[in-house]
Amino acid sequence: MLFFVAQNAPNSDWEKKVTEYFKEKLKENNATNWVPSLNDVPVHYLKPNSLVKFRCMVQDMFDPEFYMGVYETVDPNTNARVLHFGKYRDVAECGPQQEIDLNSSQTVTSERQTFYCVPVPGESAWVKEAYISASQARVSPSTSYTPSRHKRSYEEDEDMDLHPSKQKEQHMGSGGDIHGCVEAKRLETEASAGHHVISPNCSPPLDLNFPLPGEKGPACLVKIYESWESFKVNDVLEVFGVLSVDPVLSIVNSEERDSSSLDPMECMDTMEEQRVHSPPASLVPRIHVILAQKLQHINPLLPACLNEEESKTFVSNFMSELSPVRAELLGFLTHALLGDSLAAEYLILHLISTVYGRRDVLPLGKFTVNLSGCPRSSAFSEHLYRLIQQLVPASYHLRMSIESMNHSRFIPHKDYAANRLVSGLLQLASHTSLVIDETQLEQGQLDTAGVHNVTALGNLITWQKVDYDFNYHRMEFPCNINVLITSEGRSLLPSDCQVHLQPQIIPPNMEEYMSSLLTAVLPSVLNKFRIYLSLLRLLDYSISDEVTKAVEEDFVEMRKNNPESVTADDLHKMLLVARWVWCSCHPSGLPSQLQLQPALALQL
Amino acid sequence: CSGPRGSSAQRGPHPSAFTPVNGYLNGYLRQETPPSFPGNARRPGPCVPPPPSPPRAPLAPPAGPGPHPAPIPLDFDISSPLTYGTPSSRVEGTPRSSARGTPVRQRPDLGSVRKARQVDLHSDGLAEDTVATEQSLGQKLVIWGTDVNVASCKERFQRFLQRFIDPLDKEDEDIGLDLNEPRYMQRLQEINVVGEPFLNVNCDHLRSFDENLYRQLICYPQEVIPTFDMAANEIFFDRYPDSILEHQIQVRPYNALKTRNMRNLNPEDIDQLITISGMVIRSSQLIPEMQEAFFRCQVCAFTTRVEIDRGRIAEPSVCKNCNTTHSMALIHNRSMFSDKQMIKLQESPEDMPAGQTPHTVALFAHNDLVDKVQPGDRVNVTGIYRAVPIRVNPRVSSVKSVYRTHIDVIHYRKTDSKRLHGVDEETEQKRFTEERVELLKELSKKADIYERLALALAPSIYEHEDIKKGILLQLFGGSRKDFTHTGRGNFRAEINILLCGDPGTSKSQLLQYVYNLVPRGQYTSGKGSSAVGLTAYVMKDPETRQLVLQTGALVLSDNGICCIDEFDKMNESTRSVLHEVMEQQTLSIAKAGIICQLNARTSILAAANPIESQWNPKKTTIENIQLPHTLLSRFDLIFLMLDPRDEAYDRRLARHLVSLYYQTEEKMEEEYMDMAVLRDYIAYARSYVNPRLGEEAGQALIEAYVDMRKIGSGRGMVSAYPRQLESLIRLAEAHAKVRFSDKVETVDVEEAKRLHREALKQSATDPKTGIVDISILTTGMSATARKRKEELAQALRKLIQSKGKAPSLKYQQLLDDLRAQSDIAVTKEMFEEALRALADEDFLTVTGKTVRLL
Repeated sequence: MLFFVAQNAPNSDWEKKVTEYFKEKLKENNATNWVPSLNDVPVHYLKPNSLVKFRCMVQDMFDPEFYMGVYETVDPNTNARVLHFGKYRDVAECGPQQEIDLNSSQTVTSERQTFYCVPVPGESAWVKEAYISASQARVSPSTSYTPSRHKRSYEEDEDMDLHPSKQKEQHMGSGGDIHGCVEAKRLETEASAGHHVISPNCSPPLDLNFPLPGEKGPACLVKIYESWESFKVNDVLEVFGVLSVDPVLSIVNSEERDSSSLDPMECMDTMEEQRVHSPPASLVPRIHVILAQKLQHINPLLPACLNEEESKTFVSNFMSELSPVRAELLGFLTHALLGDSLAAEYLILHLISTVYGRRDVLPLGKFTVNLSGCPRSSAFSEHLYRLIQQLVPASYHLRMSIESMNHSRFIPHKDYAANRLVSGLLQLASHTSLVIDETQLEQGQLDTAGVHNVTALGNLITWQKVDYDFNYHRMEFPCNINVLITSEGRSLLPSDCQVHLQPQIIPPNMEEYMSSLLTAVLPSVLNKFRIYLSLLRLLDYSISDEVTKAVEEDFVEMRKNNPESVTADDLHKMLLVARWVWCSCHPSGLPSQLQLQPALALQL
Repeated sequence: CSGPRGSSAQRGPHPSAFTPVNGYLNGYLRQETPPSFPGNARRPGPCVPPPPSPPRAPLAPPAGPGPHPAPIPLDFDISSPLTYGTPSSRVEGTPRSSARGTPVRQRPDLGSVRKARQVDLHSDGLAEDTVATEQSLGQKLVIWGTDVNVASCKERFQRFLQRFIDPLDKEDEDIGLDLNEPRYMQRLQEINVVGEPFLNVNCDHLRSFDENLYRQLICYPQEVIPTFDMAANEIFFDRYPDSILEHQIQVRPYNALKTRNMRNLNPEDIDQLITISGMVIRSSQLIPEMQEAFFRCQVCAFTTRVEIDRGRIAEPSVCKNCNTTHSMALIHNRSMFSDKQMIKLQESPEDMPAGQTPHTVALFAHNDLVDKVQPGDRVNVTGIYRAVPIRVNPRVSSVKSVYRTHIDVIHYRKTDSKRLHGVDEETEQKRFTEERVELLKELSKKADIYERLALALAPSIYEHEDIKKGILLQLFGGSRKDFTHTGRGNFRAEINILLCGDPGTSKSQLLQYVYNLVPRGQYTSGKGSSAVGLTAYVMKDPETRQLVLQTGALVLSDNGICCIDEFDKMNESTRSVLHEVMEQQTLSIAKAGIICQLNARTSILAAANPIESQWNPKKTTIENIQLPHTLLSRFDLIFLMLDPRDEAYDRRLARHLVSLYYQTEEKMEEEYMDMAVLRDYIAYARSYVNPRLGEEAGQALIEAYVDMRKIGSGRGMVSAYPRQLESLIRLAEAHAKVRFSDKVETVDVEEAKRLHREALKQSATDPKTGIVDISILTTGMSATARKRKEELAQALRKLIQSKGKAPSLKYQQLLDDLRAQSDIAVTKEMFEEALRALADEDFLTVTGKTVRLL
């Protein structure tokens, strides 16, 4: 076993240097792609204590932990004392001949925060695939055989992770080493490359607490060492850190009970709490974070951070072909919506909408569309969702039925026995597309839970917030979720805009029609659509005065002509439409009036 | 099962002939934890149960035969540092009465985890110095690892008890205390009378009296509190030598300033005295914790006692008497236990930063403090913060590098129990810094503070100024009056408002805003709520099988505002619940054997659509609302929110909304600041200002009421009842509160009258037909607003003229200047209106961002 022994007095600087070092290294030519990702490699294929990355959403935040930042071991025979660092690890290790001196004056207690993270809920398959194909890291099962060459590199990796003082010396050398050894590994395990999306063995008794049913992938306890205050629940993060799957962590579970009932510390937590807070490491690995960053989006086709220089050129390149892309997308969606180009127009606006600000309680920018008149028989809604899934990075299809409304859990609630936030369907990351299918809803009786769920959906749509249930009180969590409702008649849920679908064609076989639609689109064009939708949502806009003036005039005009039916609410809607219309064809700078007029006219 | 310890117990001073250092070491030897002597190779890791090493100390229990060996040596409190004391503590006498029947009681709250300081004499050069000092300097000894000198610490605390007087500081429990006499001496007297041997000491008092002692208490509570105990007992038994208590007095400090918020806890707080606030979410069953195990040899019946050491009892493997191995058996009945309870405390919702989940912390309560709190209680906890390593496996030496943390509770203070009596003043007082109060007072002096605050309320909602004013007054509330002695009970001070009007007039938005603004707000929709959800229901707790009263929205918003949307959709039986709440401000429950009356002093802000979903101008107000008259009369203000239709209004509305959508970040920030100030302003006024009616104001109210009665005889009007008079009084009081005035004056009554009239648009109602005349409404602007607009235009003209000959001015610059010199809040819209007015007079023109003079 490897462990780091500091011979000298602990140098407080090293911690900063570690993060800086990794930050530098990961910037270099796609270095991030060389780091194996927990998202696509099963845990048992990864070496313990190696550098991994994980793309995830913060589902819950546990209490801060105090750990031994520095601790001292004593050899009882020789009385030799040695200092160790405790950062980036779960277990304070010591040699067979040594014991930890808990009362040493050298002990430094530090603090870290644990987040319970799950893979981004509703992440589309194409996103996963794109990340996998970009990944250069190939890993072999670490359990069985380890060729000698592999062994050496293993140690070097270890050094990188846990040996800061050595790192400084190796500063130049080790970067190349990573490439070298990972390359070697790739050759060895080319065969296993196909097995990527194998989920670890999720035995049913342990609820991994995914917001959406049927999700796969590892949940992870992410230990953050610095500036954890800046992260929030439901943030999407990409973390780089040391993987820890020490089996000792699981022993805590099984043996603690019978060890001694007299220990006052052990009756502190309930069984449930222990199960949740220290699950077996094979199911819920730990990551000790070296670098963590919030992701603005999870679209692999866009540069991760849009504010950097390189991404600016990317954006401006894409902007130059915006209009044709938009036209093509419109055509595609028109076909998808059975030839209704107006509905397609609205669908685009809906897909690029996002909450860009809040004024006291009012969320600005959300644009919920109710697509009414959907043919019920042909599973149109289902197929439409599949198309949308192909376009957006994260989505969920919520089939409303009396059964599902009464029995599923929409609102996350706090389970005080286990001391965790039990997730619900509405715990989604920002920019997730939620497609609600109301066509399947039958008459029937909603019970209390059902009423709560419908209310929660209503709140989500109107205020873009979810009230998490903390039993004794409720806590409001703002969110940013695009809601599209498909229904036959007008939806029972509120919406910003109702569009009645007017099909021009009724395909005899809906499934065939839709799949042929998808295959007809070139992958490169499909990617353009994806970039278009994600990018426009993230850009900043300033709206010209003319547009606002035009809106004002239009409103006054409409009120004059039709004072009964035009209200302030309609003005809200008009402003929204104006904004998103303007956004959707942003740089072309068309005369606003021209663009706006049809949209406004169709609005009514 | 926790009994007082042996009556012959002596706490602290222990007759011993040893030198202090030896005494100290003996203390450790008693715990059978060998201190690390130089060269001592056998340092047992803490995870390993201490080996049953043969006693080395002379103080070990005498290994004599017989079932009852002398218990004396075991009965001193080894957790107390005083045991290892210093010469000073040795010299002083024991509290005399300890022999007379007041036993000492162990304080597990101070030492449940015996994290005794270990001293390595070899590596710690300081230690030897201390030894030298101890021997040579006698009185100047300090406790290991601290700077606490027991003698002086005790003396100073005694001085504090005997002399501390603070006539200004009034607390709730101070009933019957003479504030000009030493407070804690009176407390001791109380202890003598009542017989509850706990002395609660406010750390804030201690801090103002003796800063250094306070610091020591915070940093070394485990050592200092026993010293305090000793000091308090000495004084007590000096004064009341004949008093016999259950056990000796234990000092319980509270209100330590060290940490207030759970989120701020950090490793530096370990082993220190802290106070944090939070909400109890779970409490365990009572855990009997063995303090001392009693073993008897199966062979020779020799008995021995083993004390708990760091949570473990080391079972003697060999009988010391007959040397039989594994013959010692535990006798449960004769072992000593203490009560213990684990409690989970969660951060209060107010302390939580947005977007994060609450933190929790574990508490251990001991003896008397067990079962003092229930899940759901809001408490302030004072205790010692502990961190203990988690052992992975007792047989493996590696340790999980994480500590388990908890707080040993010393003192609880429920923060919500006081809500039964009134507003929680303590927490609210603390919230304002002096600068803040200055700022608020400064604000209150402005002439237009009322308008200003109304403007700051829900700025995203356009106009409806009077409704905002009404809601503003609701937020302030009237003065609370107590008429219990005349048999009428409390008069309602809360103002209830009903908003009624066309759909799409942002009623819900207004409700949401209010709900977000007030600390104790509840939001419910009439459609989804049942009577039970509003009031309270009885539930069987799945764990304890106890019946628990779960409170609903109305009770939860006690002292706050309950917002009820879609009031008209609420069913009849649910609505009937509101009758009691809206007048008596209580809620009676008789269900499943629980009969009680809960306080629900909540203001109700309800929103309803007209019966035909669109306001029918052909019908009277009452016909449009269609709510039972009994309920309607309980609303102080009923506002009609109608949608006026004319071009000028539309244009203004459009401009407002457009700016809302396309406003810059910066401006938004500005608004947000306003909301914080508004919140503080209201909180301050609610807790500090309590206006009373003046003579003139009284007269004015009477006249107003008589007038209302006269008008009210018309058809379809909400006619006046004594309730309406009460409403007027409340509104007038609230308006006085807005001005931070202690007296209700005629201005207040005038405004109350105006608002009350405005509310029902009675000014716009044709008294003959009772129909609301919409055309009157559409003129939009009130007389005062028009006047203000003119004044502003004049001020602007003067400002420009004072600038001299400059032909053009920057728009923003001008706005800033105007804001600087004006004593009313100038919004951008107002400024633009003024500019337009001047432009109409051909005084200037506005082109883009510059203003040109003509």
